[in-house]
Amino acid sequence: MISFESVTYRYREGDPPALDDVTLRVEPGEIVAIVGANGSGKSTLALMCDGLLVPDEGRVMVDGLDSADAASTWEIRSRVGMVFQDPDDQIVGTVVEEDCAFGPENLGVPSAEIRQRVDDALGSVGLTGLERREPHLLSEGQKQRLAVAGALAMRPRYLVFDEPTAMLDPECRRSVMGIVERLGHEQGHGVLLVSHDAADVARVDRVIGLRQGRLIYGGAPGDLLADADLLASLGLALPPAGRLAAALRRLGCAVPVTALDAESVVAALWP
Amino acid sequence: MRTITGIGQYVPVDSPVHRLDPAAKIGIVTAFTVALFLVDGFRGLATMAAVVVLAVAVSRVPPRAAMRGLAAVGFIVSFTLLANALRWNPATVALLRLGPLAVDAAGLRTGIFFTVRIMLLVTGTSLLTLTTSPVALTGGIERALAPLARVRVPVGELAMTLTIALRFIPTTVEEADRIVTAQVSRGVSFDRGGPLARARAYAPVLVPLFYQLFRRADALATAMEARCYHGTEGRTRLHEHRMGPSDWAVLLLVSTALLAAGWAL
Amino acid sequence: MASRALEGVSLALEPGELGVGLGPTGSGKTTLLRAAAGLLAPTSGTVTVDDRPAAGRGSPRGAVGLVFQRPEAQFFAPSVEEDCAFGPRNLGRSTEEARADVRAALRAVRLDPDEFGSREPWGLSGGEARRAALAGVLAMRPRYLLLDEPTAGLDAAGRAAVLAAVDVVRAGAGLLVVTHDSDLFLGRADTVLILRAGRVAFSGGVAALLEELPALAAAGAAEPPEVVRAQMLARERGAMLGGRLELDPDAAAAALARAAGGGAS
Repeated sequence: MISFESVTYRYREGDPPALDDVTLRVEPGEIVAIVGANGSGKSTLALMCDGLLVPDEGRVMVDGLDSADAASTWEIRSRVGMVFQDPDDQIVGTVVEEDCAFGPENLGVPSAEIRQRVDDALGSVGLTGLERREPHLLSEGQKQRLAVAGALAMRPRYLVFDEPTAMLDPECRRSVMGIVERLGHEQGHGVLLVSHDAADVARVDRVIGLRQGRLIYGGAPGDLLADADLLASLGLALPPAGRLAAALRRLGCAVPVTALDAESVVAALWP
Repeated sequence: MRTITGIGQYVPVDSPVHRLDPAAKIGIVTAFTVALFLVDGFRGLATMAAVVVLAVAVSRVPPRAAMRGLAAVGFIVSFTLLANALRWNPATVALLRLGPLAVDAAGLRTGIFFTVRIMLLVTGTSLLTLTTSPVALTGGIERALAPLARVRVPVGELAMTLTIALRFIPTTVEEADRIVTAQVSRGVSFDRGGPLARARAYAPVLVPLFYQLFRRADALATAMEARCYHGTEGRTRLHEHRMGPSDWAVLLLVSTALLAAGWAL
Repeated sequence: MASRALEGVSLALEPGELGVGLGPTGSGKTTLLRAAAGLLAPTSGTVTVDDRPAAGRGSPRGAVGLVFQRPEAQFFAPSVEEDCAFGPRNLGRSTEEARADVRAALRAVRLDPDEFGSREPWGLSGGEARRAALAGVLAMRPRYLLLDEPTAGLDAAGRAAVLAAVDVVRAGAGLLVVTHDSDLFLGRADTVLILRAGRVAFSGGVAALLEELPALAAAGAAEPPEVVRAQMLARERGAMLGGRLELDPDAAAAALARAAGGGAS
């Protein structure tokens, strides 16, 4: 379990807090979305999960290990995989398989086992066959999947995605989100998904809403999506299918608030 | 601006040279370089040339690829030749006179000697990058320099720096290209005005480029830490190269032969 | 061996019109914009701006403004105002004129010039930076504005601001927006161009597009906006959804509700 206990953090002395008294939990097997407008503290929260930032007040615990404890740092980081927004900011290797191997190599995993982990990780994200490709020859979507594979190769228990699809086109976005869902629901990782896209909210188990560093919502996706004011205060807007669903509800049709794509809306009208 | 299509000139075919351990290849290239500078006559140079030709043949690398490096040093080669061959009002017998300049037989011979040596140096060492992938090469450099770690030289970190630099060359070229295009469409002209004006025109390209590079370095460091990078102590490798007996044999035999030839000829 | 990025593409855009370019990544949309901006010369065919050639001698300077993907990378000046003034100054405008243009441009993208003018460009948030970069091109007052994925990566507020800027610019200029965000722009488009592997899959007005959309989607040539896709899926399910496809969510909802039996009450 990743748990935040009354965490407060300021980037500099005297600054307003980037995170203000935040308490939350993420268990393996669940997908939790962290939403909020830019500047709400989402990315800060993500960095704290891995001990890349340490709280000024309160604690962040990963499987009982305190992120502020220097002795636990590397253990925590091997259990929490991070995927950031820009794949080019994460890819270090000169070819795909070398980059994927970077994490296990740092952990001192024996060579033969690294091979196995790399093959498994690349298989999970659909990059098998591209082992010797140079990163700059990959598409943006493939690069981001490589970043995911790099995190998976460490065999983490938790995965934190910081706006992983912000730079991708809709097709790549779907493919990466499919991987995220599979990793959480089928493979049992505890997934934290940082997003500013309301469409992502419908597919997760729980949503946490941040506003100026404070936690202003923690609960089911449906309740958040039903509350237009709350969505607005979190800087979120309903996607087009969501607006269609809202218009249908105004006309008296029974379309659930979690129907945020064409398929779900139509399925609600014609079950 | 054309985009670089790959890192270095690695030609991935299979050959005894390709299969040789990178550290051994680095050792041999070093011996070759030393031998090349020990040689003091055309007979020695011809021997070294034969060695290079033989090596290229064994490596199954297309000869054209092997000679690509020569284009890059074209200017240095011509300059060397001219600087040695031309004399100013020489007293000795001249082969050719161009006003106050004269081509001198002895100078010409020296010029050709130096020129051929440079060309052999370039071709011979390029064989290293042609037959070794960048990651294997940096691994080889790291192992070859490993003894220096005992005198606190950060060999591992240097190798990591080199790998990252290689990885980002194409990406940085693309980034620079994007910035140049963006500024051109904002009305910048790189081909107007005198040299000073043109140099100043590059500020809107260099500033954002360097900003991006520093920003990226910072982000990359965070990502590396997230993947548990904490120095090169204790790191294992996906592909482990270790010098085998045949690698040692080739390294010792070839290096000794080269150095002996260099000394003798 | 050269491949064709664009083949047989024809397009006409008038001032005051909004053209929307759609198509999957790699379909040639960016190449199209670069050709329109005069950065690329076509292998065959012509690109003209107000009947003058788009590139080379005789091309109208400053008539076409191009905003690339992630234009925030182009910042190089210490203040937003100075960076945005770069374009106008390169066009030869005086300091006062440039300043006025910059302030107007910043207001068009919903950035208060008094608040943002003196700030450092790199200190801006993602959405603010995108808008400031856009203002840098708007300040040049181009007659035609080309935008490459202007809303990529922006949150709801950022997208709204870009849309507002498009509406402001449209009053005097012709706009061509290449985007994946068809939901945002299609409702306002005067003409739509869909590219697929460098060729034109559709060219025409929005009404014509809505009629052909089912066929285009079936052929994999177009990805309908979600609201339209819902109506198409409903038809597939056998719903009696008469009339034409609707872009607007409210109109679409009315049509769907009718077909579903008037809704529960």
